[in-house]
Amino acid sequence: MTFHRKRGSVVLGALAVGLIAAFLLSLALGSVWIPLNHVGSILIGNGAGENTEQVVIVHDVRLPRALTALLAGAALGIAGLQMQTLFRNPLADPFALGIASGASLGVALVLLTSGATVAGVFGSNLGLAGDALVTAASIVGAGMALSVVLALSRRVESPATVLIIGLMFGYAAQAFVTVLVAGADPGKLQSWIGWGFGSFEGVTWQKMPLFIPLILTGLAVAAATTKQLNALLLGESYASSMGLNVRRMRLVTMAGASILGGVVTAFCGPIAFIGVAIPHMCRGLLGSSDHRSLVPATILMGGIVALLAQVVALLPGLPLNAITALIGAPFLVIILMRNRRGVFTA
Amino acid sequence: MSVALRTIDLAVGYRGRRTPIVVLERLNLSVKAGELVCLLGPNGTGKSTLLRTVSRIQPALADAVEIDNVESGRLSRLNLARRLRVVLTERPVVGALPASRLVELGRYPHLDWYGRLTPKDHEIVEWAIRAVAAEHLASRDCSSLSDGERQRFMIARALAQEPSILLLDEPTAFLDVPSRVQVMGLLRRLARDENLAIVVSTHDLELALRMADTLWLLAPGGKLHTGTPEDIILEGSLAEAFQAESIRFHPEERAFRLETHARGRAIVKGIGLHAVLAAAVLEREGYEVVPDGVCAIRVSVAPGSARWEVVLEDRRYSGDNFASLAEFVRGVSGKQINP
Repeated sequence: MTFHRKRGSVVLGALAVGLIAAFLLSLALGSVWIPLNHVGSILIGNGAGENTEQVVIVHDVRLPRALTALLAGAALGIAGLQMQTLFRNPLADPFALGIASGASLGVALVLLTSGATVAGVFGSNLGLAGDALVTAASIVGAGMALSVVLALSRRVESPATVLIIGLMFGYAAQAFVTVLVAGADPGKLQSWIGWGFGSFEGVTWQKMPLFIPLILTGLAVAAATTKQLNALLLGESYASSMGLNVRRMRLVTMAGASILGGVVTAFCGPIAFIGVAIPHMCRGLLGSSDHRSLVPATILMGGIVALLAQVVALLPGLPLNAITALIGAPFLVIILMRNRRGVFTA
Repeated sequence: MSVALRTIDLAVGYRGRRTPIVVLERLNLSVKAGELVCLLGPNGTGKSTLLRTVSRIQPALADAVEIDNVESGRLSRLNLARRLRVVLTERPVVGALPASRLVELGRYPHLDWYGRLTPKDHEIVEWAIRAVAAEHLASRDCSSLSDGERQRFMIARALAQEPSILLLDEPTAFLDVPSRVQVMGLLRRLARDENLAIVVSTHDLELALRMADTLWLLAPGGKLHTGTPEDIILEGSLAEAFQAESIRFHPEERAFRLETHARGRAIVKGIGLHAVLAAAVLEREGYEVVPDGVCAIRVSVAPGSARWEVVLEDRRYSGDNFASLAEFVRGVSGKQINP
């Protein structure tokens, strides 16, 4: 018992240190190397002696990018954790309810079918208006997917059925996307494919007032329901017998996780892997399914992995979506192999 | 003793598409503090449905369950959870969770929003683990426990709740014989020592007849018999509830026996355990063992040993273990008697 508590605080401490290191690294690395001590003084604000070019780079480019990566990673990790616990399924991820597919459909409608005006905006290097339109379309698409699945799930008893409904909705939305792609002209496909790569660079300071509160709200929901998530470890019947309002918890968790997943998809594109993998990494490291340590660990670990992926994605020709899986998958496999018995609820 | 749980004209079942499907209705049951009730009945008579309804995991069709003389519908979920605890047939296997944490989950309705445990909570958790005699397993991971061990912790989790009522749905299924007896013995002890009202559904008829204060016997068709095991046996309702072809309930042995007496009657002469075992061999081979009268075969067993002797058509056959007796009896049926 004490052993587990100790291990928990050691892991959390190490992850916190790792997150700070990854954050600083992300600020220092880029088209030009900015030494860490410069980064530090720019952050504290006494950048008097530094050259203004570095200040601008850190402030306007790298800080929003790093913040986005940190929050997006944390959001996807937490959303994945919530879905995995809720559905008692190790393969569940933030997009299990068709959220990403809904967002994709929204974006595809804008990018692939819209008339010359929008295409013109995109032709001119993703102007701000077009960019906002993509974000809006993505939010609307994700929101519609969420409301359909939530509405259906209210009538359904078994969580497994909810999961299947979500998956089917995802497939349906994906099918529409495929039809749109098949009929689209090659010029428009370019920007569609670009969106699919995922990126943390699109969230500028102007978008932060929307991005940050949404993500923090989602994370707060998870942090405030650790006790309820723990009760769900034993399944819905037991949770209900312990006094948990299972229906309400299911709605809150599904909505929270989907908003996290949907917002990240809207602002950064469909980012795979992080959502499903981070919770497993943390369970493995902590050796525990207790959400009181699992939730903070997932936030920290999600931030670290997303920041590191963002750093590697600076290399030309490496889209973010490829990197999250490339660096994450081997790491996850190593952790799982070390815990042979498996760390997931069977 | 105070009544811990009472149902008044309770109806349980499922909500169908148009009309509700009633499984059981007009149930008037009560459990006192310190009483161990065993819920018996063939598969599909609604044992689990009843337990799930009383614990409000499933809505009742016609409501009226009183817990500690308060109507359960008026209790909030948490308040109900503080008084009543269930151990269900589902056995969730949770990976990466020490068994003691599983028991801590039982404190759920008593904890603050973050689920922090006070020193008092920890004390109760330790007491619950001691109560199921599983201290040595407490730090083990849940997924590494055997079925019987995990069941102990599921019961400890329920106890950590400090409920006044404990409902268990087939807690002894999948357990080996010693574990079954231990689990039932544990419940027996908990009912007395902790003054808990306990309702256990089980298929373990013989154990239930031996351990229960009261039986709730669900017969097919929704008829419910209640009473002490001995009264239920005398009423003959056990035999009626579990009616099936070629089995018969033997009240003296408090057990069901296969009824295939195709081979006629047999008499076993002898006393003590060895005579009883010899009779068991004959019964298995299809004889009806009777104390006296006309018989097809007569076996004498020497006192204190497995030496047996049969006289058949003026010839004497004998052996000194039950294997040879069984072989001989089978040979009689095939008409290949070799002395």
